[in-house]
Amino acid sequence: MSVPATATPTYPPGQHPDLPPPPGTAGVIGWLRANLFSSVFNTALTLVSVWLIYEFVTAAIDWFVLDAVWEAGSRVDCRKQGDGACWAVIAIRLDQFVYGFYPADQRWRPVLTFVLLFPALAPVLFDRTPYRSQLLWFSLAYPALGAWLIYGGLGLPVVDTDAYGGFLLTMILGVTGIVASLPLGILLALGRQSRLLAIRVLCVTFIEVVRGVPLITLLFIASTMLNYFLPPGTSFDLLIRVLIMVTLFAAAYLAEAVRGGLQALSRGQYEAADSLGLSYWKKTWLITLPQALKIAIPGMVNVFIGLYKDSTLVVIIGLLDPLGVARAVLADAKWNGLSNETYLFIALFFFLSCFAMSRYSLWLEGRLSVDDR
Amino acid sequence: MKSSIRAFSVGLAAMVLLAASLASAGTLDDVRKRGHLICGINTGLVGFAAPDDKGVWKGFDVDVCRAVAAAVFGDANKLKYKHLTGKTRFTALRSAEIDMLSRNTTWTFSRDVDLQLTFVGVNYYDGQGFMAPKKLGVKSAKDLAGASVCIQTGTTTELNLADFFRANNMKYEPVPIETNTEARTNYLAGRCDVYTTDRSGLAATRAATDNPDAHVVLPEIISKEPLGPLVRHGDDQWADIVRWSLNAMIAAEEMGVTSKNVKAMASKENKNKEINRLLGVEELQGRERLGLSKDWAVNLIAQVGNYGEVFETHLGTKTPIGLARGLNAQWTDGGLLYAPPFR
Repeated sequence: MSVPATATPTYPPGQHPDLPPPPGTAGVIGWLRANLFSSVFNTALTLVSVWLIYEFVTAAIDWFVLDAVWEAGSRVDCRKQGDGACWAVIAIRLDQFVYGFYPADQRWRPVLTFVLLFPALAPVLFDRTPYRSQLLWFSLAYPALGAWLIYGGLGLPVVDTDAYGGFLLTMILGVTGIVASLPLGILLALGRQSRLLAIRVLCVTFIEVVRGVPLITLLFIASTMLNYFLPPGTSFDLLIRVLIMVTLFAAAYLAEAVRGGLQALSRGQYEAADSLGLSYWKKTWLITLPQALKIAIPGMVNVFIGLYKDSTLVVIIGLLDPLGVARAVLADAKWNGLSNETYLFIALFFFLSCFAMSRYSLWLEGRLSVDDR
Repeated sequence: MKSSIRAFSVGLAAMVLLAASLASAGTLDDVRKRGHLICGINTGLVGFAAPDDKGVWKGFDVDVCRAVAAAVFGDANKLKYKHLTGKTRFTALRSAEIDMLSRNTTWTFSRDVDLQLTFVGVNYYDGQGFMAPKKLGVKSAKDLAGASVCIQTGTTTELNLADFFRANNMKYEPVPIETNTEARTNYLAGRCDVYTTDRSGLAATRAATDNPDAHVVLPEIISKEPLGPLVRHGDDQWADIVRWSLNAMIAAEEMGVTSKNVKAMASKENKNKEINRLLGVEELQGRERLGLSKDWAVNLIAQVGNYGEVFETHLGTKTPIGLARGLNAQWTDGGLLYAPPFR
């Protein structure tokens, strides 16, 4: 202000400018004073907290970065170089964490499958993808293509499913489970609301039975009980059995999420569709299902994230998912004892992929809710 | 209720076995036709089965699988592994998903009889022991009255522990733990005074601490844990092949046949006639009945090694685990290893 401090300025009525707040009540200092140092007790709490955070963060940085060892031949070697994290075990065993025991000379196949996942997913996930309608055909063919690339046959050497492990196995379980359970779950949700008694009873029974049983029980059924029911020698691949169980499990949960969406629609939508004379499938496909799925997105993504993380349960039936690989790696006498490093690494992987899924769902919700406003 | 479940599962198993015996001529034929052996191993146990940095599975139990593959095919690598947990191992064997199981499995009466499995021998005599920090000053397990003990739940070790403390009129506080890794972490964090499991496991855990000298494995062995390979009931020829493959490893050590000298010994007459019979220099009566080639044991010893070599590679004093032979020495050295004669 250019007005001298001694003069009292006068203003016409209604023209008085806003005065700045008293010093020390606004800005950074004001915020600090109001929120952190408002009383003696709060000041003490603040100081103690700052000290704790400082101690924790510096110790963490020391362990994670400054004292960490990145190159070593064994745990003992690591400890000689520094007493922080021994990331060498991750560096040396990275291939096993990523591919399990997939043959080294064939690893381009899962890599290619993973790379192709993006053009296959893009038209499904993002409606503004260029050439969307053509790419959707590719998305449709992708499951078969991916299965062929990873398993082999028809010109490619066959890689037994026993060799799959690590993040590759998690991706196979997660992607297959999500992709296969989505249509199945939608059908179950529709079937549960069907007017045909037989279909309704069948769907309700399936959903309630599968939802009433823990996933680990289903996995045990897949890995042990099925062997008893099938004649010996005809037992089909453990991974396929597990994939089927995981898909059924996710489908039952998904069906309930979708049903929630269907029931949240106002009756008017159904009645309007009926009054237009649409057939059941046209009504479902054009009117009710798109709206119901939109409502169900948070619930569905919840199921998917749960399924993705639950895939680690396969370690109990002897499949070498990242946790299984970690156990195997730690069983090497050279690396035995480095459980913190391996489990933190796996946690980071799961956090990143689950966080990506949840961010996508938020984006999709925002995008689809435009017409509601 | 429990007995009806047992009757049900035994009935199922019997049906499966019946069907298996109808469906296949014999395990050996199946294995030959398939072109490789399928062996059930651990998902990871220090010294017994673990992948190396290149992803190749190695270990004391793995080498029993390799020995059988070498005996059957003359090639120890004609072998595929199925990784089995403690819960899935017996079903996998009984349902013919695997040809043999070599997964540090304790030979017990009920497993042998009730589960209808055939233990073909013992490749490691283990026993449950205790590990305690040196600063605790404990010299014997008898001093452990009132101690808190880290114990893996649902295992025979839990029952053995209870028996031992009851027999010695001592109280203890169990700290239940799910896995070995968890037990190690809890023990090192001081959440329990002592950790109990098989002594081979204790040695491995002790070796993986930052200062192994700060921990002692107490002298008491409170249980017998004879670990060995097993097959399912109903195919004696196959059981014999696995049994004598293991015996060949043990006998080879006793007679001084190693992977280095086996080729030389097999190409000449040896003074010890048993060596001649083992290595096919002289005919070993009945060998054809097992369907094995004349040089089966030569291949086995050359590619896998004798028992002592395998022990030193995976468990011995030169490895980080650093186990002494102890009970697993040859009977001539005061141990329990005693292969029946090759005659």
